[in-house]
Amino acid sequence: MLRKTYENIDSIGRAILTIKAKDIHNKEMAEVIYPDGRKALAQVIALDGDQVTLQLFGGGFGVSTDCKIRFLGKPVQVGFSDDMLGRIYSGNGQPIDGGPELLADMVRVAGPSINPVKRLIPKEMIRTGVPLIDVFNSLVRSQKIPIFAKAGEPYNRLLANIAAQTDADVIIIGGVGLKYDEYHYFRKRIEEAGSKHKTIMFIHTHRDSIVEGLMVPDLALAVAEQFALQGKNAFVLLSDMTQWSDYLRQLANAQDQIPANQGYPGDLYSQLASRYEKAADIDGAGSLTILGVTTMDDVTHPVPDNTGYITEGQLYMKDGYLELFGSLSRLKQQVNDKTRPDHRSIMNAMAKLLSEAEERVKAQKFGSVKDDYSLRLLEYRKTFQKELMDPFVYVELEDALDLCWDILALHFKKEEVGLSSKLIEQYWPEERKFKILKEMSHE
Amino acid sequence: MQKSTGKVTSVSESLVGAKILEGAVMNGEVAYIVLEDEKRLKAEVIDVKEEGNVFLQVFEDTRWMKVGDAVEFTGLPLTVKLGPGILGLVTDGLQNPLYELGKIEWFLERGLEVDPLDTTKKWPFTPKISLGDKVTGGSVIGSVPEKLFEHKIFVPFSLRGEYTVEKVMNAGEYTVDDCIGVIVDDAGNTTELTMAFEWPVKIPMPFHQRSVPETPMPTGIRILDALFPIAYGGSACNPGPFGAGKTVLQHSLARHSQADVVIIAACGERAGEAVEVFKDFPKLTDPRTGKSLMDRTYIVGNTSSMPVAAREASVYMATTVGEYFRKQGLNVLMLADSTSRWAQALRETSGRKEEIPGPEAFPMYISTLISALYDRAGVEILEGGLTGSLSIIGTVSPAGGNFDEPVTQATLLSTGAFWGLSRALSDARKYPAIDRIDSNSKYPSLLEHEEVTYLLELLRDGQTIASNIILMGEKGITDDSYIRYQKAELLDAVFLQQNSFHEVDGVTTPKRLRLMFNMVKDIIDTPIEIKGKQEIRSHFNFIRQAFLDWNYLKPDDKEFEKQKNKLVNLVKLRSHVEENI
Repeated sequence: MLRKTYENIDSIGRAILTIKAKDIHNKEMAEVIYPDGRKALAQVIALDGDQVTLQLFGGGFGVSTDCKIRFLGKPVQVGFSDDMLGRIYSGNGQPIDGGPELLADMVRVAGPSINPVKRLIPKEMIRTGVPLIDVFNSLVRSQKIPIFAKAGEPYNRLLANIAAQTDADVIIIGGVGLKYDEYHYFRKRIEEAGSKHKTIMFIHTHRDSIVEGLMVPDLALAVAEQFALQGKNAFVLLSDMTQWSDYLRQLANAQDQIPANQGYPGDLYSQLASRYEKAADIDGAGSLTILGVTTMDDVTHPVPDNTGYITEGQLYMKDGYLELFGSLSRLKQQVNDKTRPDHRSIMNAMAKLLSEAEERVKAQKFGSVKDDYSLRLLEYRKTFQKELMDPFVYVELEDALDLCWDILALHFKKEEVGLSSKLIEQYWPEERKFKILKEMSHE
Repeated sequence: MQKSTGKVTSVSESLVGAKILEGAVMNGEVAYIVLEDEKRLKAEVIDVKEEGNVFLQVFEDTRWMKVGDAVEFTGLPLTVKLGPGILGLVTDGLQNPLYELGKIEWFLERGLEVDPLDTTKKWPFTPKISLGDKVTGGSVIGSVPEKLFEHKIFVPFSLRGEYTVEKVMNAGEYTVDDCIGVIVDDAGNTTELTMAFEWPVKIPMPFHQRSVPETPMPTGIRILDALFPIAYGGSACNPGPFGAGKTVLQHSLARHSQADVVIIAACGERAGEAVEVFKDFPKLTDPRTGKSLMDRTYIVGNTSSMPVAAREASVYMATTVGEYFRKQGLNVLMLADSTSRWAQALRETSGRKEEIPGPEAFPMYISTLISALYDRAGVEILEGGLTGSLSIIGTVSPAGGNFDEPVTQATLLSTGAFWGLSRALSDARKYPAIDRIDSNSKYPSLLEHEEVTYLLELLRDGQTIASNIILMGEKGITDDSYIRYQKAELLDAVFLQQNSFHEVDGVTTPKRLRLMFNMVKDIIDTPIEIKGKQEIRSHFNFIRQAFLDWNYLKPDDKEFEKQKNKLVNLVKLRSHVEENI
């Protein structure tokens, strides 16, 4: 079908272009045709009379008033086939690994959400071997959970580790605003883990336009959703959604939208939610799990704040450790009653004691901590951090639970830990006969 | 009547501009936008502008809409269909039953509409009126048995003035759309009656006679029932940062509250949480009725990835259904999770309309809308003296967990109880993480007034002493203060904290609450002569341990009395032993 080409561009911004045109569909794809014949993609984002607003996948730099716009009569789509496994694509869906373009079925991007009645209650634990996750914040298939961390923390390493150490059928990596070395790291890590054959990457690095970056999660999730519908368990890694939100802010700003908090558009929550909510355990099909990264300085910043209200918990990383306070898996209750009878109770008891210890840390600054119990709490805190907060160890859940009992017995009397007498009788290591814990030198 | 028509002139996400081509248009009426592929997208007129231009908020995704697409105005505001068959349903924000939609498509595709109530199901109708009776809007004309109660069938509330019954069907089986009677007004105009009728969601149902909420509604949650209660017909809000336990609290309330009907409006929140409710509730038994918990529940799921514009509608719809069951003489609890998402939806639309923004870009009128919503809660004395109530509990999700923001502030002004959730408490795993000092309620407690004061005083003392300990160390305070501090800690640990995931501890009946309170009071009132911080702490550790063990026992367990006696002896013994020294 012959598509009409328009020439009368009104305005060109950093990522936005307006033009007069008729009979154009909302969210329709278009091509920007440069005078020398080069082409770049664009998408309609608003209509007002005969004025059409387009977002430019290649950015606005270099677009001239004598460029032409050709509307393509189709929405954004992404290819989907098993042959995509092992391949790497850009934010506009083109292969960037030097391999051939594939003939694939096209599937819709950013489609509607699945009917809640087609969702199953998530019940299958994902074992990661990381004690702070498995014991304290058990992950569950189909969960959506980000890592909250400052820029510079080894969050991508943890992300790649979790993906590689679990039994996902398909791993889709959505890289938004990656530095080149981070992109390289993901590639290498996936190859080392022998997971390349089940991985697809959609990568946007800092040299690409922000509109492409914005597209990455949608492409990654649309492809993952198709795999899930085929009965596969798909893992989507999204790093970093703070950058993504920043691109959203830039685009909203370019459209003169009224900003809500810190310049972010008022729909930041809905925008993030419509991506994260793609995570689902589908009745009669497979599942889609999302592990994200949200870089932040302060948890009350609009991006981590809105994210926290959307995702099913978060893993809080600080100084290379996973923090107990601030980390949360909302789905842990679905699975941690089916592991071992002491799991829930010891998890809570350990946390309560650690919280008591944290208060002593504050008090210590006033020099007021001298009593024996408080000093033991502070020792407990040190052991806890050393034994349980390192995200880069591998400990089976059962061993980690035994380790928790060992740590309690090392520092406390039975009646101090607030656990039921029944559990204590069953699990308390008598006379320091520790199962896992190695006694420290100063003991 | 000729319906008005128009055409689309602008599209910006869910906000669509249209020009009226023919007829009149009412602010607030429903319109359909017909796309190229003939899909019909439901929308609502939210503003009428100069020269026949209107703004519509579209309840569905607007992709592939074009300038020039046809708009068909319906002349009617957004309504909810009321009648037998609502209980046990799960619908979207526009009352489409999700299980029915699920039979058509796996995904929530656009332009699908399903009848809100099952129109094929036959209900055994018993008439309560006779020929020649005088009736008006709201008169009861009969009833059908539905799940837990006798569902009254009304003359539609929207009818005004007096009507005479011209025809009544015999007792028998009818669907909600079958004619069950005919009434005629003075001018001779006849109206056919059915068991179901519609009511506009944004218009509060008028009270027959309004009364004030003063009977506490047991929730099974100790800290609420004892310290910060809600009354039948009252309103409460629970603001809190993410991860402080709002959702768990809401689920607990939905399961254990002593209400006849529970309506859950999952507004702009995680789909998974609504799924947990409607997949678990049918399997759970309501101990008060012996029937499935789902039989008393209605769920409106407009979750966060569903179209934003329908969020507002979903909250109003749930409230209207609540008012309808109040008219049935029932005690209704409506849980709105979360009102902040509804406010954000208004903010999105307001921003697109380029209205001048108020604080944090929320529209200026946000506080008025919030107050008006909570005002729909209340106690109603019905004709014949029967009482019904609608209680509303709204979750607020303040940005950054900071309560000093427009939605939280407007909500605090509009509700009778405030349950502030605290991250410090949830970090310390002191659930429910409801702030013990800052929360409040103006409703009466299940305990006596003096008893509540007694507990709050102890908690405040405990907090003061705790901060002294941080400053000066345990050695810096007297043994007496330390005992007072340990008592406050004990009260928190064994009475205020509650494990919502535990079968027994998760819900406390009023009777058991009384028993527990008496025990706590005994412990607090027992003088203690123990010397030395270490010894004092150890004494309370043993009591705490015994008390927690007791909390986890069912009252009919043979261990129950034994454990209670053990606890009593522990309290006596330790003080006695120390006295002898």
